[in-house]
Amino acid sequence: MGMPKHLSASDIEEFGREMDAIRNEIADSLGSKDRAYILSVIKWQRSLMLAGRIVVFLSFFLLPMSDWTFTGWPQFWAVLLLGAVMLGVSKSIENMELGHNIMHAQFDWMRDPNIQSNTWEWDNVCPSDQWKHSHNVVHHTWTNVHGKDPDIGYGVLRVTDDQRWHAKYLFNPVINFVLMMMFQWGVALHDLEADKLLAGKKSFKEIIPMLKRIGWKVRHQLLKDYVCWPVLGAAVTVPVTVFFGFDVVNIALAGFGFTIVANLIANGIRNIWSNVIIFCGHFPAGVHHFTKEEVEGETRAAWYVRQLLGSCNITGGKLFHILSGNLSHQIEHHLFPDIPANRYAEMSPRVQALAARYGLPYNKGSFTRQFGTTTWNIWRLSLP
Amino acid sequence: MQSEAGSAQLNNSLIKRVAGIVTKVSDAFAFPLRTSHYIELVNPLWSTHALQARVEAVWDETSDSRTITLRPGLNWRSHRPGQHLRIGVPIGGQHFTRTYSISSAPERNDGCFTITVKAIDNGRMSHHLVRKLKVGDYVPIGVPQGDFYLPDAQPVLPLFITAGSGITPIMSMLRSLVLQERMPNTVHIHYAPHTYDVIFGRELKEIADRQKLYTLNLVHTREPGQKPEDITGKRPHFSKEQLEQLCPDWRKRDVYACGPQAMLDAIEKLYESEGLSRQVHTERFRAQLAGVPTEVKTGVVKFLNSDVSANSDGETNLLRLAEDSGLNPEHGCRMGICHGCDVKLASGCVRDLRTNALINETGQVIQICVCAAVGDAEIEV
Repeated sequence: MGMPKHLSASDIEEFGREMDAIRNEIADSLGSKDRAYILSVIKWQRSLMLAGRIVVFLSFFLLPMSDWTFTGWPQFWAVLLLGAVMLGVSKSIENMELGHNIMHAQFDWMRDPNIQSNTWEWDNVCPSDQWKHSHNVVHHTWTNVHGKDPDIGYGVLRVTDDQRWHAKYLFNPVINFVLMMMFQWGVALHDLEADKLLAGKKSFKEIIPMLKRIGWKVRHQLLKDYVCWPVLGAAVTVPVTVFFGFDVVNIALAGFGFTIVANLIANGIRNIWSNVIIFCGHFPAGVHHFTKEEVEGETRAAWYVRQLLGSCNITGGKLFHILSGNLSHQIEHHLFPDIPANRYAEMSPRVQALAARYGLPYNKGSFTRQFGTTTWNIWRLSLP
Repeated sequence: MQSEAGSAQLNNSLIKRVAGIVTKVSDAFAFPLRTSHYIELVNPLWSTHALQARVEAVWDETSDSRTITLRPGLNWRSHRPGQHLRIGVPIGGQHFTRTYSISSAPERNDGCFTITVKAIDNGRMSHHLVRKLKVGDYVPIGVPQGDFYLPDAQPVLPLFITAGSGITPIMSMLRSLVLQERMPNTVHIHYAPHTYDVIFGRELKEIADRQKLYTLNLVHTREPGQKPEDITGKRPHFSKEQLEQLCPDWRKRDVYACGPQAMLDAIEKLYESEGLSRQVHTERFRAQLAGVPTEVKTGVVKFLNSDVSANSDGETNLLRLAEDSGLNPEHGCRMGICHGCDVKLASGCVRDLRTNALINETGQVIQICVCAAVGDAEIEV
């Protein structure tokens, strides 16, 4: 399904003007409340991050290696998992509600030197500058245009009938699962355009500077989660063991190892969650795709139409929207990528009404519907 | 003596190195942030990535001016009397920066300093500082800057000429001289509209009473209740005749002046005509805002990083203008979505072609693919 046939060029321009009106009205109303919102999310996210790490450490005192009455494996795992989930939720918010949105320049209007799209770096192995290119510049400009938008299947998946079937797509379900588990790594390699590299359209030499930058980011990320915090984890177990007179080496090793486990779980939660939300934004049933010919000489108004047809919303409560970085309002996000995401909820009914007036679909559904059809699609498309 | 100083220095550099290593290690735990971002959660004054100050007290000097006592964070360094600093305040969610002179003496020993702000008509920032800032608020600040201060080898005969809120840097100097008990032979001419709106009026009179070498001349420029537009005849503003009368030995003195542009210009002109320009020291705060024209205006756009200028018709976007001039600025979507072309506005005014909103704040980031210059402008391309 491509661009709608029932609208004339002047209809589309009128539609665009009305979209602009919504955008301008919200842009004009930005103020102290939006600033207070993002500052409080930053504060809560950082506090939750610290709290999660501390809870993980507290779980070591419940390891059955010590003689304390309250120790035992079930208690230990319960507390460790609690800490890991807190950390995972905090990382999800950091990547989506903060990183993604701030790097979209949604808060540049505040001119706060600490919250600027060009200096913000996120807790993810993908360097922010490369992400901003592959995401803001390429994906948001060419949303769902075949041969232009690398986010259609990320070069490894078949997500629509328009992609010609190939035997490699038999592995669609497997690749889908692996990509979900390793999502931040997929994001990190995305801007290298590996498919062009393999097809010989891009030389290896071209990507060396990018690889170096990824290397720098990966090194620091791994050092933090899998060396620094685990060492500190080992260190915090020492006082207890000395106090109880237990084998220092074993319990310190456990502290080291279980911090790694907790961080792996936290990063895993973030990977799965961000993958699920992002896949639900463009791959559920009913989403439109476009050809290069259709977007030839496209106006801003036609671009609005394409963004509306190429994105899907997920319905849910306020907390769900914050946890998903408001990408559950994917349609509004694609129409107004640099409007602060905390405003998408109030824009949504107006956009939906506008779409209805022009006879355009507004693809929204429950999490089950959007994720279900996405997964089903990907499985079904592994076959011709 | 020398070896003692040497070992102190060694100690200092050792402490710095150890602190550097500790910070580097602890920052590895906080990547991509810094430890300071988490310390800020506990106390914003302890953070090192951004210097902030807490409002400790506010005090109304006159009906439209207020002294704000600020406690600066860890990375603060003490000022020299007469220096100024940059203060940022979010108004309507937006961050604005202005420069204010410090009005307290560096000898003040409670770790705080003060600024004294007068609410200017239509001054967004000064109104916010005077009317809305509350005790307990945090504001981002810069470190003290500027070369408007008394040299360590003091001039033998200072002549202070101030008007209105231009008193602030001189007040810092006077307070410092009083505290150090080294007031030289000083003449001070201060202009204010009326007796009741002299900022620091009482303190100035007290200093004049106690310090024999300090002569204060208060000049009131308006009758009580008089409005500026009602003044007829000769205005009692700065002039050579007046200076001869208030300070006959003015040619021998070093002038430190702060006040409106017109007054500073007049002082500089007078001393220049006598060949005494070297004795004049002035503190000027240039307005950071360019004028906002009401219609489409042609002008010259200067691309600072490449030292290229181009004529703008007021309609063409800056990206196109740069490309037509042979430049190739970074960009992405060309329609204001991706922010791939964001650059800083160095001076002048631009118009957002989508909304017709005017942007004239120096240092603001603009999207050059959807902005056109209004009149002359300078951008960092």
